[in-house]
Amino acid sequence: MATFYDLAAENRRKSLVLVLIVVAILAAFGASAGIALSGSVDGGIPFALGAFVLGFLLTLGAYFSGDKAVLAAAGAKELDPSAGREELELDNIVNELCLAANMPKPKVYTIEDTALNAFATGRDPEHASIAVTEGLMRTLDREEMSGVIAHELSHVRNFDIRYGLLVAALVGSLALLSDLVMRWAFWGGGHKRDNDRGGGNAIQVIFIILTIVLAILAPIAARLVQLAVSRQREYLADASGVELTRNPAGLERALAKLAGDKEVLEVATKATAHMYIINPVKHFEERSAGFLATHPPLVDRINRLRALRRAKPLEAVGEA
Amino acid sequence: MEGLLPVLVIVGVLALVAISAFNGLVNGRNRVDEALGQIQVQLKRRYDLIPNLVDAVKGQMGFEKGVLESVTAARAAAVNAGTSGDTAAQAKAENMLTSSLRTLFANVEAYPTLKSNENVIQLQEQLTSTENQIGFSRQHYNATVLSYNNAVQTFPGLLFAGAFGFAKRDFFDAPDAEEAVPKVNLS
Repeated sequence: MATFYDLAAENRRKSLVLVLIVVAILAAFGASAGIALSGSVDGGIPFALGAFVLGFLLTLGAYFSGDKAVLAAAGAKELDPSAGREELELDNIVNELCLAANMPKPKVYTIEDTALNAFATGRDPEHASIAVTEGLMRTLDREEMSGVIAHELSHVRNFDIRYGLLVAALVGSLALLSDLVMRWAFWGGGHKRDNDRGGGNAIQVIFIILTIVLAILAPIAARLVQLAVSRQREYLADASGVELTRNPAGLERALAKLAGDKEVLEVATKATAHMYIINPVKHFEERSAGFLATHPPLVDRINRLRALRRAKPLEAVGEA
Repeated sequence: MEGLLPVLVIVGVLALVAISAFNGLVNGRNRVDEALGQIQVQLKRRYDLIPNLVDAVKGQMGFEKGVLESVTAARAAAVNAGTSGDTAAQAKAENMLTSSLRTLFANVEAYPTLKSNENVIQLQEQLTSTENQIGFSRQHYNATVLSYNNAVQTFPGLLFAGAFGFAKRDFFDAPDAEEAVPKVNLS
């Protein structure tokens, strides 16, 4: 059984590898585009350097203020425990479970939306935030909410949040960049070829094609990285959350309620989908399995929890 | 001179083992005390909350006076046991208090005016949360005691524990561990 220390160490290592890979892709992009533009290999160097610096700055930005951007994009507001009974209960649950997990208390936010969802973000347990939708806060009882919060705290504790944040920022910007390159290939690139100045022509054509191929492949690779992020992690966070609450039934009931929720969370985007406890973007029917899903099917997650208390597995959610 | 060197090495190694075992025991004892302190903070909070809840429900719950009295008595007994420094006795008194609070909560359910009273709801939520925190602190304390007791009772800590006064510590027992069978009085 992997401990939190193992998981956290693995996530820190993966975060670094991810950053290196994305920066390398960016540099390759820059070099290829530069050579295509200038027609000489030397011309690629400033572009490669520029892309390298860009990737570096992007990583720094994501690392130090990505959580604020994600929270702002979701329209999250800091929780006021004195606002009412449910607010107080939520704040108390976070206090209790942080005590149980022996970790600092993250900031707690609510999102003004009736959809049922929650996510955690930040760069480490000392700089972490948890956000839940108001719908979730109103719908779940104490035990169910404890299950969800324990799940989110597990993401915080084993540094899933750091990796998830970097994935969101870097995947998003790779997609943006490849989009830009495709536009350039259509307009600017064609323009260059019309103004044929002779010399280096063959190199230029080769590198234009290479740049376009990169522009097509990079987002696909990035998407695969994002998919690999979530699925196994959700099972793990469910299991280690239950380890904290010692109550599999709470999270199980909460997941069943989430499965019954057909609402789409408008504030979530493709770039941040993997951070949420259940896939926020898709409709109910599509929330089930599928090769390209960011989250494992809910019925599988529920059945794993049922196995913990030796209950019979369900065929489909909503049966029990 | 040549014969002295191995003896010095052996003595040195033994001294190192002794020092690290002693330090380990001190470390373990401090952790146990710190974990116990954590529980005491939560218990103190519970002592402070209970009179407020009793006051809030007193007016409505006229004929269930016995329930309120038993909560107040259990609180006083727990506060008393806390000052005695006997962990096992304190754990027992706290478990009594927990079960009398449960009875009170169950009784509150029968009063719609209390159930919907914002003050009572808030106090109940705070007490429930404190209860859970006591539970988690207790788990942590018991785990700490287990590893400290293991250090005291196994080699090499065994050799120094007695001489330096490192005594085995009591667990803070969970309520379910030794719950007495309720006696039914039919007379």
